[in-house]
Amino acid sequence: MNKEWPLWEVFIRSRQGLDHKHAGSLHAADAAMAIENARDVYTRRMEGVSIWVVESKHIHASNPDDAGALYDPANDKAYRHPTFYDLPDELKHM
Amino acid sequence: MKNQSLIDYTLHLADNALIIGHRNSEWCGHGPILEQDIAISNIALDLIGQARNLYQYAAELKGDHATEDSLAYLRDGWDFKNLLITELPNGDWAQTILRQFFFSTYQYFLYQQLQHSKDERLAAIAAKALKEVTYHLRWSSEWVIRLGDGTDESKQRMEKAVEELYAFTGEMFLPTDYEKELATNGISVGPESLKEKWTDKVRSVFEEATLASPFKENNSAWMQSGGKEGKHTEHLGFVLAEMQFLQRAYPGAEW
Repeated sequence: MNKEWPLWEVFIRSRQGLDHKHAGSLHAADAAMAIENARDVYTRRMEGVSIWVVESKHIHASNPDDAGALYDPANDKAYRHPTFYDLPDELKHM
Repeated sequence: MKNQSLIDYTLHLADNALIIGHRNSEWCGHGPILEQDIAISNIALDLIGQARNLYQYAAELKGDHATEDSLAYLRDGWDFKNLLITELPNGDWAQTILRQFFFSTYQYFLYQQLQHSKDERLAAIAAKALKEVTYHLRWSSEWVIRLGDGTDESKQRMEKAVEELYAFTGEMFLPTDYEKELATNGISVGPESLKEKWTDKVRSVFEEATLASPFKENNSAWMQSGGKEGKHTEHLGFVLAEMQFLQRAYPGAEW
């Protein structure tokens, strides 16, 4: 039997209206314990108003070796940025 | 005019928090895993914070140059009014968890009422501490359930902890003279009034943890007592020896 508790990834939302950000990882026996542990480990200094946890094994990551194929083709496609519009002066915060 | 009962009661509340907080702090660096090491250390810090608020108030009531530090570091064993259960050695993780669960359940119902005390300072301290205690209760309940309804070994360790600690729970509900006097003025909480809620909570958590109920039919179990009036187990002296050493050896030492 594997006696190690599984690893969990912790996401904390620091204020209402913001999105959850990855805070780190920890060990816990199940989701309820992972949330309690996250509260104790990552919100001691008033960092959070909401916690998400997900077992690390459920996170599928892109392979760094594929970086060339995945990201490089975007390099010379400046037209994908919405920078070719004339914005009226009244429009702020764009 | 000094109100000796109010001083005694405030010290009793403060001593409870300090001594169990100190016991929990002994886990720092020794927790079963990193995350729980941090959790129990957080709880220790919460409790020592509560103790500070209460000692500061007691020092003001006492006058005579008393400070929170002199009350924590320069009183002797017989001056301490903490419940015996708070001074018991940590034992294994199960015993520490169960002690915290018994104590947090008691503190939770106590502070729930104390936040309406006619004494504004005690009411404010209780209201502030209640949020922390609510979490301590949730955390320790979860662990009692996990260990009780866990593996054969964890269950057996919980059962042993119940055997060790149950006889120290009765003292929580035995009123002292200072509590009786203040209860009539609406300042303290009559501890006997907490017994039913405490028993219900313990019963329901034990049920979920598949642990046998420790409660006897006619409430006949023999119980330890004395801590609230300064009569302690041999363990308190060792706690104080370690906790007070620095201030005793180097009076007035500061960081």
